[in-house]
Amino acid sequence: MTSKIFSTLLLLANSGFLLAQGLNSLAVTPPAEVALKRGVPGTAKIKLKLPPGLHCNTNTPSDEYLIPLKLTFAPANGLESTEITYPKGKDETYSFSKKPLNVYSGEFEVQASLKAGTTASAGPQVFHGKLRYQACNDSMCFAPKTIDVKIPVVVAN
Amino acid sequence: MRAVTLLKTLSAIALAVGLAGCARNPESVQAASTVKSEPTRKAAPDFTLKDADGKMVKLSDYKGKVVLLNFWATWCGPCKIEIPWFKEFETNYKNKGFAVLGVAMDDEGWDAVRPYIQQQAVNYRVLMGTEPVGALYGGVESLPTSFLIDRQGRIAATHIGLVSKSVYVNDLKDLFDAPAAGK
Repeated sequence: MTSKIFSTLLLLANSGFLLAQGLNSLAVTPPAEVALKRGVPGTAKIKLKLPPGLHCNTNTPSDEYLIPLKLTFAPANGLESTEITYPKGKDETYSFSKKPLNVYSGEFEVQASLKAGTTASAGPQVFHGKLRYQACNDSMCFAPKTIDVKIPVVVAN
Repeated sequence: MRAVTLLKTLSAIALAVGLAGCARNPESVQAASTVKSEPTRKAAPDFTLKDADGKMVKLSDYKGKVVLLNFWATWCGPCKIEIPWFKEFETNYKNKGFAVLGVAMDDEGWDAVRPYIQQQAVNYRVLMGTEPVGALYGGVESLPTSFLIDRQGRIAATHIGLVSKSVYVNDLKDLFDAPAAGK
């Protein structure tokens, strides 16, 4: 009985944590500065973290109706993203799905290859991206969200 | 704002209950009725939404029936577990004065929803949801969110997240057994 009460309290505390974090919050660690030379690609590493109990679909979800995690950048100020590399997800089984779903949970990292073109001005700037994802737990799903990803970039002379 | 806070709290409790195992095998878990006592029930906010045929549908048109109002989306896995149950309820309880109303919350609208409901042969009415209608029902921040509405048009039970089929069956039985409006 004591362990049941403890488990319930733990779950409620965990729910409180999720509420404090936002029920559907994917946390983005501010990426390290990327030094770019014109015409030479550089890589931005974007560390992401979902609260315990939540998962989101990978970039290649298991079902056509599921919403993929997707990072996009619009070219700006001579900067562009040439490739986005998503990590492999894990195949997990949930009570609501007969087949395993390919998902991200906990911490994971997305990488963006960036390039500064000839029109990019030298010096520091911030390259803005958009990350769209849709998270669920074992019994409910949250509306798709799009969050800003800001990558500090320094373009060499 | 109070409604949103209330919904968040209910979501957290539903989350905890879900994590505790209620949703492990949602088809087989046995549960008691969760229907509220009559004096505590509040009126279900009325709305008008379009159905798949483009017809405007008002919730208040269903007064006198028991209504299962289900907010869902095609991208919501747990919602898809419930759809076959709701199809079954629609068939089995139609003669008891009952209707399921599905409110799809897909941003892509009918382009996403129509093929899915055709593929699944959904036999109940599906409406296209809007943010204002979601707001009337506390924001509907998580799906599935379902409301059981009694024959007097009052919310008798709210289910946030996937609950077991028997919860719905028991709740509906309670509502069907209740005396009809004005009797």
